[in-house]
Amino acid sequence: MMRKRFYNAIFASGIGFILTCMMVGISLNTEGTTLKVEGASAAQWTWIGIGISLVFLSQLFAGQVDAFLGAVPKPQLSKLLPEEGKRAMLKPWLLAALLVVMLVWPFMVSRGSVDLATLTLIYIMLGLGLNIVVGLAGLLDLGFVAFYAVGAYTYALLSQYFGMSFWACLPLSAGLAALFGFLLGFPVLRLRGDYLAIVTLGFGEIIRILLNNWTSVTGGPSGISGIAKPSLFGLEFTRRAKEEGATTFHEFFGIDYSSSYKVIFLYLIAVILVCFVIYVINRLMRMPIGRAWEALREDEIACRSLGLNRTMIKLSAFTIGASTAGFAGAFFSARQGFISPESFIFIESAIILAIVVLGGMGSQVGVILAAIVMTILPELAREFSEYRMLLFGLLMVVMMRWRPEGLVPMKRPHLELKT
Amino acid sequence: MTETSLYVIQQLINGLTIGSTYALIAIGYTMVYGIIGMINFAHGEIYMIGSYISFIVIAGLLGMGFISLPVILIVALIVAVVIASTYGWTIERVAYRPLRGSNRLIPLISAIGMSIFLQNYVALSQSSRDVALPPQITGGWTFGDPSVFEVSFSYMQLLIWSATLLVMVLLTLFISRSRMGRACRACSEDLGMTNLLGIDTNRIIALTFIVGAALAAIAGLLLGLYYGVVNPYIGFIAGLKAFTAAVLGGIGSIPGAMLGGLILGVTEAMTSAFFPSEYKDVVSFGLLVLILLFRPSGILGKPEVEKV
Amino acid sequence: MSLLLDVNGLTMRFGGLVAVDHVDLAVKHRQVVSIIGPNGAGKTTVFNCLSGFYIPTDGSVVFNGEQVAGMKDFQISRKGLVRTFQHVRLFSKMTVIENMLVAQHRHLKTDLISGLFKTAAYRRQEQEAMDRAVYWLREMDLLEFANREAGNLAYGQQRRLEIARCMVTQPELLLLDEPAAGLNPNETKELDELIVRLRDEHEISVLLIEHDMKLVMGISDHIYVIAQGAPLANGTPDEVKNNPDVIKAYLGEE
Repeated sequence: MMRKRFYNAIFASGIGFILTCMMVGISLNTEGTTLKVEGASAAQWTWIGIGISLVFLSQLFAGQVDAFLGAVPKPQLSKLLPEEGKRAMLKPWLLAALLVVMLVWPFMVSRGSVDLATLTLIYIMLGLGLNIVVGLAGLLDLGFVAFYAVGAYTYALLSQYFGMSFWACLPLSAGLAALFGFLLGFPVLRLRGDYLAIVTLGFGEIIRILLNNWTSVTGGPSGISGIAKPSLFGLEFTRRAKEEGATTFHEFFGIDYSSSYKVIFLYLIAVILVCFVIYVINRLMRMPIGRAWEALREDEIACRSLGLNRTMIKLSAFTIGASTAGFAGAFFSARQGFISPESFIFIESAIILAIVVLGGMGSQVGVILAAIVMTILPELAREFSEYRMLLFGLLMVVMMRWRPEGLVPMKRPHLELKT
Repeated sequence: MTETSLYVIQQLINGLTIGSTYALIAIGYTMVYGIIGMINFAHGEIYMIGSYISFIVIAGLLGMGFISLPVILIVALIVAVVIASTYGWTIERVAYRPLRGSNRLIPLISAIGMSIFLQNYVALSQSSRDVALPPQITGGWTFGDPSVFEVSFSYMQLLIWSATLLVMVLLTLFISRSRMGRACRACSEDLGMTNLLGIDTNRIIALTFIVGAALAAIAGLLLGLYYGVVNPYIGFIAGLKAFTAAVLGGIGSIPGAMLGGLILGVTEAMTSAFFPSEYKDVVSFGLLVLILLFRPSGILGKPEVEKV
Repeated sequence: MSLLLDVNGLTMRFGGLVAVDHVDLAVKHRQVVSIIGPNGAGKTTVFNCLSGFYIPTDGSVVFNGEQVAGMKDFQISRKGLVRTFQHVRLFSKMTVIENMLVAQHRHLKTDLISGLFKTAAYRRQEQEAMDRAVYWLREMDLLEFANREAGNLAYGQQRRLEIARCMVTQPELLLLDEPAAGLNPNETKELDELIVRLRDEHEISVLLIEHDMKLVMGISDHIYVIAQGAPLANGTPDEVKNNPDVIKAYLGEE
């Protein structure tokens, strides 16, 4: 037994050695017009050595490693929390406290932190939207960023060409993204799940290509700049009012101009939008439609036998998910003031998917926590940032193997029965 | 002949060249799908890795002073195939085999994670920029009236055509004649039953991944030489195209993948002949959607009967 | 009285293979009718055709005076013809009560606005759905497990939940595909009583595929025998029991 495992470990490290040598160990370099092959530096070889030893050890103790990873890191959240009855009483207070903290906090920290928090809130919105599609309805959407782009460009274009305000464009962006979701979903949702993944992936690319090439409208690769910021009941957050006669925020309140008002204002809008999205999705999950989404994920054939129209149910999940992305997109372009197709590449879809997978498919709390971790961690460890996508990919593989239900698995609602 | 018709012939030649490499990659998708019913999203990355490995070998041998081109190419081919197959085997072993029997979505997400991982792994260990190799095989034939339009058919294109043809013939013989090939076919009919008959299905599945990866590596070598450029992101689009080809021909069917690849290549070449070339991706994707809508089983695929 | 289900010349071909060949069936109101036959005779394929999972190649399926052959599965089920499966198909990650609520999807107001604002009409409907679910869970002796994940129930309980989930959709005809498979003798006896109760008290008809001959002979009002996709015989349990063709099909030529 031990001997077999030893051979196994030798074999695995041998394979590992071959694979890393041919990529990390040798690299291609262009010198003038000729291509040169270079060996890795001593530091890289050390890393390769460490990696190989890790493979060797993990294979040698594969059983123990599996047992460890399978058993240990499952936090018993329910045990940490108070009793069911108490929790119901505490919940509104806790939520209120959280909200107050979220509203007061930006006034006490730096501008950069507030800006990062706003970005995190955008990813929370996107994560929650994709969570409906992937986590609840079980439809793998790899082109989610396309709907985000539709929302962003809708606001940017309407604002640029027709001077429409952010607040008027917000529902329009969500609506147009939903329409795109509907038009794409209608034909393809009848297909098997894995086809859906590839079609949405292609769709995401198409939207990007169109944005890049339809230069007369979208500005092509150089994008759209100077997108208007949201205003507070007509009060702008600029130093000087754009139009004659209009007042700006600081003039109205008679305070000195500061650019951080704008940042904080954007943050507060994001908080409100996120609260709105959370409320709506929370309701949806407890409504018949939400239950139908999950039922469809569990067993499509049983659903059909019970009279559920699977196309309509999938379509509703797909459309509502898309509209959330559109919503987030409109806010994104308002915050940035500048958008280009570069912001809507496949990697963005992958990051959102990683957020949903890491947090726990179907779990709202999990997705929110994962979005926070995934946006803030790379900022904290800057030198780490080039390894970000590598780690995301690795994380997805590792999670699927050991914890497919995510870090904070979805909790089933407990329904009170009146008997 | 008029200019347009000569131009169309030129595009046809180019399209068949690209199409035959799509076909090589598509076979990997179709074989895996046929047996375990899963889209191996990381397959496009194997092609990219195959391209890199062959560049490394070619540049290395040239640097060491080898000048015999056939020797260089054959060594590059062997090394690329062996290494890429090892990658293919490892991916299956690490990221897919432990997940067998779980919910359909789970191996799919694992595959996407694997694809992102490999892409960034190559980008970090090599560089994310283009790497260019000077053309190794130059020259060709030209015909047509030089004053109107000259159609060219390069030696490189001839190499791609003949290599693809040879590989296809060998693969077909392997699948239809050899014992392993027979086991492969049995697995794609009914995996569970084949297992009960005492065939080690895990070995067959691993073999599928190895064969698929080998073909992708061959495509990687050929396309690498043809374009002369690689970067870590070529696998993404190539994978999408090859998958489209596999669906077009009928997923699960090997002749279908060959046919689908050729059709897709020609369609793309014709599109870029008459429209801006960026739109060829739009057209091939549109083609994918249309096929899925009107003939989900593809040109040569068998319609699926749902088991209730 | 008119027939609840009237099937004529039902035929299903897959390529060259004829899986079901001109099968006729008739089910009256408040009747238990069984289909028996050797393994692979095409019984489940008949069910798949009746419930709309397959579109029959030929023949007519008239349910409650309406032609349903060619309709989509979910449409047929909405007309009141609901089935179970040979292998239990529950929403296993969802709770028992959620399973029961999902089944009532089509009876509920599903527009988004009333749900988002919890209007009075919406709440009333949710309560009704809940009451109906509780009623059937109690009937099936599953009430104490209401908030348990369906996948964690014992096998016999899963079988009962599947039937409860059908009943809560208020069907007129229930198609049961081998409901006794995997049950112990005690549970089979309970199933027997349950089917009789569904017919006598809840006034529905049951079409049954079953291998347990004791169960079939005990409760059926009428039995159809099919072999290799084609009808072999039909009649009351006693007639079928004594039919020489049936004996031959089951026991083989002597």
